Amino acid sequence: MTTVLSKNVISVSHLYKEYYTDAGTFSVLKDVNIDIEAGDFVAIMGPSGSGKSTFMNILGCLDKPTKGDYFLDGQTVANLENDALANLRNKTIGFVFQGFNLLARSSLVDNVALPLVYSGVDKDERTARALKLLEKVGLAKHSASRPNQISGGQQQRVAIARALINNPRLILADEPTGNLDTTTSHEIMMLFNELNQDGITVVLVTHEQDIADHASRQIKFVDGSIVEDVRTKISHSQERH
Amino acid sequence: MFSAMFGEAWRAMGANRLRTFLTMLGMVIGVGAVVLMMAIGQGAEDSVKKSISSMGSNLFIVLSGPPSSGGARSASGNAATLNVKDANAMSDLDGVIAVAPLSMGNAQVIYAGNNWNTAILGTSPSFLDIRSWSLLDGYAFGLSDMRSATRVALIGTTTAHSLFGDDVDPIGKTIRIKASPFTIIGILESKGQSLDGRDQDDTIIVPLSTAQRKIFGNQIPGSVRQIMVQAESDKVMGMVEDNLNSLLKQRHNIREGAEQDFSVRNLTALAKSAAETTKTMSLLLGAIASVSLLVGGIGIMNIMLVSVTERTREIGIRMAIGARERDILLQFLLEAVVISIVGCLIGIAIGVGGAILVKNLTEASIIISLNAITLAFTVATAVGVFFGFYPAKKAAKLNPIEALRF
Repeated sequence: MTTVLSKNVISVSHLYKEYYTDAGTFSVLKDVNIDIEAGDFVAIMGPSGSGKSTFMNILGCLDKPTKGDYFLDGQTVANLENDALANLRNKTIGFVFQGFNLLARSSLVDNVALPLVYSGVDKDERTARALKLLEKVGLAKHSASRPNQISGGQQQRVAIARALINNPRLILADEPTGNLDTTTSHEIMMLFNELNQDGITVVLVTHEQDIADHASRQIKFVDGSIVEDVRTKISHSQERH
Repeated sequence: MFSAMFGEAWRAMGANRLRTFLTMLGMVIGVGAVVLMMAIGQGAEDSVKKSISSMGSNLFIVLSGPPSSGGARSASGNAATLNVKDANAMSDLDGVIAVAPLSMGNAQVIYAGNNWNTAILGTSPSFLDIRSWSLLDGYAFGLSDMRSATRVALIGTTTAHSLFGDDVDPIGKTIRIKASPFTIIGILESKGQSLDGRDQDDTIIVPLSTAQRKIFGNQIPGSVRQIMVQAESDKVMGMVEDNLNSLLKQRHNIREGAEQDFSVRNLTALAKSAAETTKTMSLLLGAIASVSLLVGGIGIMNIMLVSVTERTREIGIRMAIGARERDILLQFLLEAVVISIVGCLIGIAIGVGGAILVKNLTEASIIISLNAITLAFTVATAVGVFFGFYPAKKAAKLNPIEALRF
């Protein structure tokens, strides 16, 4: 409908999210405004219940805002049909979860290749691309294993490989290190750093300060609103200017 | 895309083998029952049709004795109140094209060292025409044989086989029926089973006069228990029936309202109703079997609903990485259809196997038709789609966020 020409991958304005229950209306997000430039590395922080995960789900096109505008890559998302949202989740966004969310019955290579099934890519190409990404995250020799045969850190690497399979412009990660020990967490953050170096915009949710310190910009949510927005490093996109 | 989904369906089914097997079993039993029941039903219909066409068309049988048996009366046909003269009079009626008086009984037949108990039928030469019964070999007896009561006989294939075996040609051989020698002049073509299940080929046909004098004996000459009458066409059947009744009443001096000493039965109508009965039975068998197919379908729906609930998180993951509603719908629908088609194929194999087994064990007529198999397959697939649709739709309509939280 409206196209905003800008270098912003994400542009959110006056975003509200409310839940209606028998006990009344809960406002989870209240008037959120934010622009995220292409190539930035953003950490979203905040206590439990601050609305950061809901915000992440809206950014990831998994949930819809009650009102407000959300432009993803210049395209308005707020009133898209379910199929169009699925298409965005498939091609434009790579989503990484806290609980990895791999399919237990499928091999690693099939897990990584799964989004391509829904993009209509044929079997040989799916496998070839998935193997290449497994190599990138250092798990090529485990390609035929099942998720339960590898460690948590390795599973998260597979999930990241899956998020990358359709060459997305944006990676969204919801507490990607929440289930991992400190060493592994930092290894995973190094991987996100590398992806950011390659020009992919990374937005992640965390409640650990040392994880957030890997990012270039830190945003803090309290009670559904942004209370702090600080740039801690020069982003890769800004370096290039 | 489709092949990938097919693989997914296989894997999902393989993940819970016992459950998949039990769900499939409902389909297997349903399809197996339909195929088997239809084979039995069609076999029964077919054997009735064969019996009817072997009987001859537009037939009446006139039996001696009262039409209904009340009190202490012997069965109809036992008291020989009809005679050859009645038969001759009948042949002059309008619409009647042939008449054959019948006298029948069982007797021991001997050839060389073999003996066999068979049905002996004494009749006139027109009998073979009425029954459209032709000869495999030899020739039939004629009116002159009737007049002079020659000892000639036509032999049915079952009787011929029992007396002569496979190697001896019965034509020209002399057999003994009771004490009298008879020369076999012809072999009757095989007719198979009659409507009441008798083997029509286990018989010997001789001229009526010979049968009465040499075999049955002790009877008023010329009296018979049955007369077979063939009408010209289906249309005149009613008229001929009325004429037969009034003719016999007149000839036997039976007053209006008095009890008759004969009865006229429309064999063709009896045969038609027998055919109707078998058809109904066949339909009923199919209907009962279809119920189990329906139950199998409900089983599939039940297990698919469980599967959707169990795999809610998987559905959420798939949606989060880009699966559209129709992708999820197709995945679960495919699973239901694969279960029902595989179950159906096994069911067809078991149904056909069962039908062959029944055929071998009972020697009943069983017909396994491609139509029945195609029908069972189509219905099973439709059942899979129908009962798989609701669970699949339910899966496709899940909210990705809620599914992921599951």
